[in-house]
Amino acid sequence: MKRDDDFAVRRQHIANLTDEELYARFWELTDQVVDPLLELGKKNTTPSVERSVLLRMGVSSLDCMPIVNHAIDHGLMGKGCGHCVYKLSKMEDISIRDASIKLAKGEGWDKLVEAFKGGKK
Amino acid sequence: MTELKKNEKLDIVELLKDLDKYEPRRRGWVWREKAEDQHMGPFEFSEISKPLKQSVPLPPAKFMEDIDPQPMQTITTEIASGRFEDDIRRMRMAAWHGADHLMVIRHMGQSHIDGLMEGTPQGIGGVPITRKQIRAQRKAIDMIEDEVGRPINYHSYISGVAGPDVAVLFAEEGINGAHQDPQYNVLYRDINCVRSFVDACESKKIMAWADILQIDGAHNANATAREAWKVMPELIVQHAINSRFSEKVGIKPENISLSTVPPTATPAPCVSMDLPYAVALRDICDRYKMRAQMNTKYIQSSAREATVTHVLNMLISKLTRADIQSTITPDEGRNVPWHIYNIEACDTAKQTLIGLDGLMDMVELKKDGPLREMARDIKERALLFMEEIVENGGYFQAVQDGFFVDSAKYPERNGDGIARKIEGGVGYGFIFERDEDYMAPVTAHYGYNNVEQYGGDPENPSALIGGCTFEDRSKIVYIDELDDDNVNNRLEKVAKYRTGEVITPEVEWCGDRVVMLTMMLPINKRVAEAAAVELGKKLGLVDPEVISAEVMQDAEGTRIELKGRVDFDIDLTTLEIPPEPHYLSDKELYEEFEGHEHMKVVCGTVGEDEHSVGMREIINIKHGGIEKWGIECIYLGTSVPVEKMVDACIEENAEAILASTIISHDNVHYKNMKRIHELCVEKGIRDKVIICAGGTQVIPEEAVKTGIDMGFGRNSHGIDVATFLAEERQRRRGEKK
Repeated sequence: MKRDDDFAVRRQHIANLTDEELYARFWELTDQVVDPLLELGKKNTTPSVERSVLLRMGVSSLDCMPIVNHAIDHGLMGKGCGHCVYKLSKMEDISIRDASIKLAKGEGWDKLVEAFKGGKK
Repeated sequence: MTELKKNEKLDIVELLKDLDKYEPRRRGWVWREKAEDQHMGPFEFSEISKPLKQSVPLPPAKFMEDIDPQPMQTITTEIASGRFEDDIRRMRMAAWHGADHLMVIRHMGQSHIDGLMEGTPQGIGGVPITRKQIRAQRKAIDMIEDEVGRPINYHSYISGVAGPDVAVLFAEEGINGAHQDPQYNVLYRDINCVRSFVDACESKKIMAWADILQIDGAHNANATAREAWKVMPELIVQHAINSRFSEKVGIKPENISLSTVPPTATPAPCVSMDLPYAVALRDICDRYKMRAQMNTKYIQSSAREATVTHVLNMLISKLTRADIQSTITPDEGRNVPWHIYNIEACDTAKQTLIGLDGLMDMVELKKDGPLREMARDIKERALLFMEEIVENGGYFQAVQDGFFVDSAKYPERNGDGIARKIEGGVGYGFIFERDEDYMAPVTAHYGYNNVEQYGGDPENPSALIGGCTFEDRSKIVYIDELDDDNVNNRLEKVAKYRTGEVITPEVEWCGDRVVMLTMMLPINKRVAEAAAVELGKKLGLVDPEVISAEVMQDAEGTRIELKGRVDFDIDLTTLEIPPEPHYLSDKELYEEFEGHEHMKVVCGTVGEDEHSVGMREIINIKHGGIEKWGIECIYLGTSVPVEKMVDACIEENAEAILASTIISHDNVHYKNMKRIHELCVEKGIRDKVIICAGGTQVIPEEAVKTGIDMGFGRNSHGIDVATFLAEERQRRRGEKK
């Protein structure tokens, strides 16, 4: 977009604001810009968010990517990759680490799909 | 952990041992503390922080009781040569020069790597950030902070498509500060905007837990914009978006720091242009900290020019507010990231900020007039920018429509902004909606998390797995090396330099053998550049390259800085090192000659000798002579007969005779010394008088053989004579052996 300088016109409605009012208005607008971004974060996840969950669960960094890729392939990202590891460890009564190693190798996924009753593709 | 010793190198090989067991000793950012006592040496300061235990003071400190006052601002230096093991030694040097914020630039391309890197591969344009690399550097920094006596903040980048992974790594490994700004990913790394912000929520939540100070990336708009002085309203908008977003995720405002740059540089009247912007930004973002970055946009290859820009930028910091003072190295413009330039930049920051100490007790910014009018103008433009983002449909739409980094001053638009598609970029298509039963049993997870389905506590999700790595470090999986490109192999290649057998020059890497030559070639720039390279070749330099050329006058000359590698080492086992001269300090000398007892000496050039310069250099206060420390000198002139010298000593009741003897024909200089000694014995004063003689041909050992107390040869100075007189006196009093 190209536009000539229209500052003199554009500022009319804020020209009489005090510095304090201008400050308040600025941050009110900033809130309107950032609030929807925060909502997106609450409702969604990504491969890197899920890898960071797995890391915190004590999964090797080398296993994080394969687990996330398998979760995507099996439509289980909406459940959470950490959830997948947690669920398999409960179902098979094995440690979180052992469950993560199995899942990274591609084992146990069908069992999880079954347990989650499908999951989104 | 072993303690560092001032005169011993940090042992990198030893440092790398047992890294799998290393645990960081603290989390979180640390600010400098104001010194309770603002008095230091002969001076009263206004705002200095607690002093260091050990440091390298500024060069003139030797005239001021060796004080090394530290400003209140945290001082940053950016260190990332590609080999982290060599950077560690640079970090130590920087800390000794006052840096307490060590920033590691990432390996080029790491922001596009999906996941953590491991091991210790060599980097390009920065260091591959890995767990092992961080542990080694954090461990070294722990040792260095003990040595200098001040906490040091360790810093790197949480950005790219593995932001949250990296945030976890940093939280686990005791990193204290990080760049985090999703706008940077979007605008400069073309990472999908939705992905960037979803990832940023998680990264920032983790940073909040780990008490990591956040620095934003808005300053890049300044570096990218065509005319940087026009981008001021947008800079405020970018700062505000990231800061408010971070605060709402949970980072406390005092851990949110703006990376702010004075947008302009000389020959623009930059201070009067940058100051209103700095005031406007600090008015609007008053809740947040200010990391004063320096202007890099206009830096050319002159280190001098870059340093002046740095100083002018710091004047803005001082006139407004800066909590962290950045020190982009003065070699930024020619891209030679060398040890010495980090140190120079740290010294420039310390020197300037200490030099300006107390300024604001004497001056203040005007409350009206052009400063406030221009600041108001910038604030209004920023507000209108933000307003248009909202009206246009929000942040993503604004990015897609090219709102950002447009070269015109808002609201004017040139239509050349960086536009990024909402449905495009790296990582697009990898955003997944969380289901109702989505769950993540970990601490510091942002957003919806259904742990209740397993009876978990939403306040403590990780309790479901008995704590995550944030509560139980033993769960962290440490990976050492993955391939041959690693630190052990690199260190092996340069082992001879570590053992002390040989030495070679180093600008950034152990054994790199790079030197720089500065010269003036009396010819035009183009020819001078070619001639300089040829000169380098003839000197035997490998790969000589001109790194800076400045015109003195188009025809008369060019100033050249040339780099190149030498192709040899210096063997330290056969190197002859002259003994170190021994000097007493100013303080000790004043104490001896003023505090303890006054000393009178008679002096002159003896024999048939008209040389007077040498003796005057030794005694004259203006030349650093012995008068400086309060020694009273009775100067008898030139061609003084030795008898007159001794008689004068008796008459004046002097404690010492200083005889200058330049002429050495037929050893007359030693004969004169012997005669003075004998005369003193004859007159019964030898035990009361100290006899010294000096001259260009005098060899101290030979002089002493004549019976006098000391001889001083070529290159002797007042300090040599004063030190001897003081110590001889002390020996005669029985205080010294």
